[in-house]
Amino acid sequence: MLETPQQGDVILSVEDVSLSFGGVKALNSVTFDIRKGEIRAIIGPNGAGKSSMLNVINGFYHPQHGTITYKGKTRSQMRPHEAASQGIARTFQNIALFKGMTTLDNIMTGRNLKMKTNMFWQALYMGPAKREEMQNREAVEHIIDFLDIQAIRKKPVGKLPYGLQKRVELGRALAAEPDLLLLDEPMAGMNSEEKEDMSRFIIDVNTEFGTTIVLIEHDMSVVMDISDRVVVLDYGKQLADGLPNEIRANQEVIDAYLGISHD
Amino acid sequence: MSPDILNTIEVILNGLMTGVMYSLVALGFVLIFKASGIFNYAQGVFCLFAALTLVGFQTGQIPFAHVINVVFGSNIHHWGEGLHTVLAIILTIAVMIGLAWLVERYLLRHMVNQAPIILFMATIGLAYFMEGLGDLMWGANIKTLNVGLPSGASFWWEDVTREWAEPGTRYLGMYIDVLDVWAAGIALALVVALTIFSQYTKTGRALRAVADDHQAALSVGISLRGIWVIVWSIAGIVALVAGIMWGSKSGVQFSLSLIALKALPVLILGGFTSIPGAIIGGLVIGVGEKLFEFSIGPLVGGATENWFAYVLALLFLMFRPQGLFGDKIIERV
Repeated sequence: MLETPQQGDVILSVEDVSLSFGGVKALNSVTFDIRKGEIRAIIGPNGAGKSSMLNVINGFYHPQHGTITYKGKTRSQMRPHEAASQGIARTFQNIALFKGMTTLDNIMTGRNLKMKTNMFWQALYMGPAKREEMQNREAVEHIIDFLDIQAIRKKPVGKLPYGLQKRVELGRALAAEPDLLLLDEPMAGMNSEEKEDMSRFIIDVNTEFGTTIVLIEHDMSVVMDISDRVVVLDYGKQLADGLPNEIRANQEVIDAYLGISHD
Repeated sequence: MSPDILNTIEVILNGLMTGVMYSLVALGFVLIFKASGIFNYAQGVFCLFAALTLVGFQTGQIPFAHVINVVFGSNIHHWGEGLHTVLAIILTIAVMIGLAWLVERYLLRHMVNQAPIILFMATIGLAYFMEGLGDLMWGANIKTLNVGLPSGASFWWEDVTREWAEPGTRYLGMYIDVLDVWAAGIALALVVALTIFSQYTKTGRALRAVADDHQAALSVGISLRGIWVIVWSIAGIVALVAGIMWGSKSGVQFSLSLIALKALPVLILGGFTSIPGAIIGGLVIGVGEKLFEFSIGPLVGGATENWFAYVLALLFLMFRPQGLFGDKIIERV
């Protein structure tokens, strides 16, 4: 059985994880942990392996080496369905919404695993299926209120501006009521006002629902402001791991970001 | 009204009925193409196989009787009494769902992430396999299918329309086959049911989600394999309905699987990814080919129905390759 981690316990840890595509080492012996209730940032220059790390955690990529321990169970790889059903939700760097569907429908798909009625009732659209649909609709309306996107409920998301799409994607991830939320560059391409909004949502999700958050972000000031601990990757290797202040003062990190040659 | 106008109306009506039948076949293609990006060449054979199985159950045939007889030297062919039509239909649906499961388990699962052309080749293989399996199970002879739908000309409609003609003209009334009307009605009901299912249920939403973005669908815990089984099952059921309609009209025989070819121009017109497109594409082709045959046909010696649809498709490929309703093709350079 899986444990239910308490506040501050380690909810997920990766141990010595290596991942390569052909000859390219995307991750090279990375080890860190994530504690329940914290906002954990993963930073690093382009191509550092940040997104690969998230893909390993939610099971899109299977590392060749190392282990992942989630809720007390150690394994060599996750699977996407397993990750989703055990409370890991995520957003994508290049928004992966269902473009032809409305905001409401997109967020409803996030409730997929919360809905259990069988195909028979669904096909008839009556009895338990209809009741369940209503209940989940209500949960989704709460999320829509929370993210302040009532105005675009019925709009197909493909036509929405970028910033709003990012918000809908966050909504879809939240709809699953995840224990662990993975956000891949939630503020990429946003202006400073949109960034502020998004930061506020992330902090609210963390404090109000107690959701543990793993965050990949490029904007250093945002990362330092909102995260509890930061891990730094560079060329697939782990450069540093610590509190925002420690990371800011770390010479290796500064070098990596300023591009000083390692000789 | 003059008899000329009435004749034209009759042609259009009959075109619409045929068109609905084309749409029904095209619908099976669109469902699978949207959800898994596979052009299922075997869809036509699915129609044939479903119809064969239905007739087999209805008449109480023993599956693989021929093989059993050859191997064991026995002489069996029927159970005796056939099954009631409703029961036979339910059993056939069960067979089509089982088939969908087998296709996912033994074909698609090994083909994930392959290029579309490879998947297409696999469905060609599937088509020939199914054709052989159908023959082996139920025999290759031509069978009649009767599920109790009324057929033949509607005399009521003939009487009504005869009154519309101007007095003094010798107009005999419009011919319309009752079976065609039933087929159109059932096809419409099926499309409405599918639309409601995909709009308002969890599984329907999951179907649309998978059609839109595989990876995002995985991230919210939708099982791709489960969805594929469901989609192929639905396509199997649509094939059964199409098989019943075409089979009742022209008998259950090998040529039934060739109606899939007529679905191709329908898909090119309607777009491979659009359900309304498949329906309207079918209607346009149905009406178009009947009207063309009626007006231009006599000038060129007739039989234009054999090629009209394909020429229309060719024109579409030249001027609007995404079809009437398909997703616009935007290539990033």
